[in-house]
Amino acid sequence: MIASLVASSALGGRRAARLFERNLLVTRHIWLVVAAGFFEPLFYLLSLGIGIGDLVGQVEVDGRLVDYRAFVAPAMLAASAMNGAVFDTTFNFYYKLRFARTYDAVVSTPLGVDDVALGETLWALARGGVYAAAFLLVMVVMGLIGSAWAVLALPAALLIGFAFAGAGLACTSFLRSWQDLDVLQLAILPMFLFSGTFAPLAAYPAGLRWVVQATPLYHGVELLRSLCTGAVGVSLAGHVLYLTTMGVVGLAVAGRRIGRVLLA
Amino acid sequence: MDGAAPLVHARGLTKRFGKATAVDGIDVDVAPGEAFGFLGPNGAGKSSTMRMIGCTSPPTSGTLRILGLDPAADGPRIRARLGVVPQQDTLDTELTVFENLLVYGRYFDLPRGVIRPRAAELLAFFQLAERAGERVEPLSGGMKRRLTIARALINEPQLLLLDEPTTGLDPQARHALWERLYRLKQQGTTLVLTTHYMDEAEQLCDRLVVMDGGRIAAEGSPGELIRRHVSREVLELRFADGVQDHLDLGVLAGIGDRVEALPDRLLLYADDGDAAAAAVHDRGVRPASLLARRSTLEDVFLSLTGRTLVD
Ligand SMILES: Nc1ncnc2c1ncn2[C@@H]1O[C@H](COP(=O)(O)OP(=O)(O)OP(=O)(O)O)[C@@H](O)[C@H]1O
Ligand SMILES: [Mg+2]
Repeated sequence: MIASLVASSALGGRRAARLFERNLLVTRHIWLVVAAGFFEPLFYLLSLGIGIGDLVGQVEVDGRLVDYRAFVAPAMLAASAMNGAVFDTTFNFYYKLRFARTYDAVVSTPLGVDDVALGETLWALARGGVYAAAFLLVMVVMGLIGSAWAVLALPAALLIGFAFAGAGLACTSFLRSWQDLDVLQLAILPMFLFSGTFAPLAAYPAGLRWVVQATPLYHGVELLRSLCTGAVGVSLAGHVLYLTTMGVVGLAVAGRRIGRVLLA
Repeated sequence: MDGAAPLVHARGLTKRFGKATAVDGIDVDVAPGEAFGFLGPNGAGKSSTMRMIGCTSPPTSGTLRILGLDPAADGPRIRARLGVVPQQDTLDTELTVFENLLVYGRYFDLPRGVIRPRAAELLAFFQLAERAGERVEPLSGGMKRRLTIARALINEPQLLLLDEPTTGLDPQARHALWERLYRLKQQGTTLVLTTHYMDEAEQLCDRLVVMDGGRIAAEGSPGELIRRHVSREVLELRFADGVQDHLDLGVLAGIGDRVEALPDRLLLYADDGDAAAAAVHDRGVRPASLLARRSTLEDVFLSLTGRTLVD
């Protein structure tokens, strides 16, 4: 029983990997776009570090003072993990699902709807993982890593990617037009700005703090910031649980909904 | 059917979209090695049936077995042995011509070393070799169609599903495809196809069904259908502009079995066309042209559905 379960999920993984391969091949045609994904958070970091960093000086994290650049860098990493996953699973996914109808052909092969959902999630994760690794390297070089816990920053960035990939796929399966995508974008931008990314939670008005704490990006930012600055505590478990649940539920909803679109 | 287990087995197969019924309880069996056709006017339910057979559309009710397996439980295993040419091309627009074949073959878990020579042969056969490295989007409609068909053959399927395969192809490409399909059939591939072209159905199909309104109106080999549903010959009467509208069809009563009035001509079904032509002349009817010919599937189709094949 368990053996057959493992065998079938391994088979599912192998089938999903075929979709991954397909995306890899497409990347060869659009490598410039792909490379741009790495530079975006880096530009944010440099501009903020040089500009605002000099003005702000130091920020308090968990009772300790850290340099503003070290404060904001993990948030940029979290935001880029989010943005990458969201872009892949909303705009790109919508194009393939509804516009180019790429998956209509895919599901007439041994691959099924679950393989599509899993394959796209894996793809979003892998791409996000490469960006995150490169960004972490830059942080090391710039001396922005303050703790050995930072070795867990890469898996944490992948978890953030997973959470947003699952949610992104689920949302996209409900969208009916390109205009709906703009609405989605409208939800992402404020989240990027107001999830404790550029200022600590204590700096927000007391009445708004719970709103900030409810956003998924806040949990991603806090998770990475704790790991990179070494302010590690039990609250990490809460962030991990939040993000894991978001990814799993999103993926489950997506699997069902995508089925309805593709297998009419 | 000579005892071999059917590759497609449907009983009471039904597909509903909301309240609308696209396929209304059809029974179909396709034997291994057979070439089986679905004919029918627009909206008859052919594509809906094909998609159910291709395991990409779950039946609303009824029994369906493909290759002896249940699509609901064994979809991936079944699809691994199918080749599917959908009515609408579904090429991967982000990839080149060759990459479309490569990636599709990989979906079937074929090694690259197996896919490459097969892709080369298919691209050469479908006259796409020079375009192998180009993106798919700028290809002409017929080229895209050819690539879609080539793609369906990459896994050397046991059962090939073709939904209006030659729509949009030029005559040369059509005949090349027919030849290819005939050869595949010789090698044991089972073909299930839909078409609006009766010459295609006559050329390719051992057996076919005429669908109308989601139901099967008739079934048999092309020859059987002609014998059963229409007379041996047909007399076509064409008139000068406007004359046909004022003609009293009663004047032709008793000549042949039946008269069918089309917008541009009259069809008179009779076992002996020349004799019927003489009789028409005797009754004083003077059409601009008279043509006696053998009955075709087109006539069967017309008499069963009241519509021409290509509308
Ligand atoms: N996805 C769908 N959602 C709703 N209705 C559908 C869907 N697909 C098909 N139908 C309806 O089912 C009926 C049968 O359509 P189908 O495409 O099977 O016909 P067809 O015989 O292939 O016609 P054609 O010769 O035009 O290709 C039509 O009335 C069509 O509107
Ligand atoms: Mg159709």
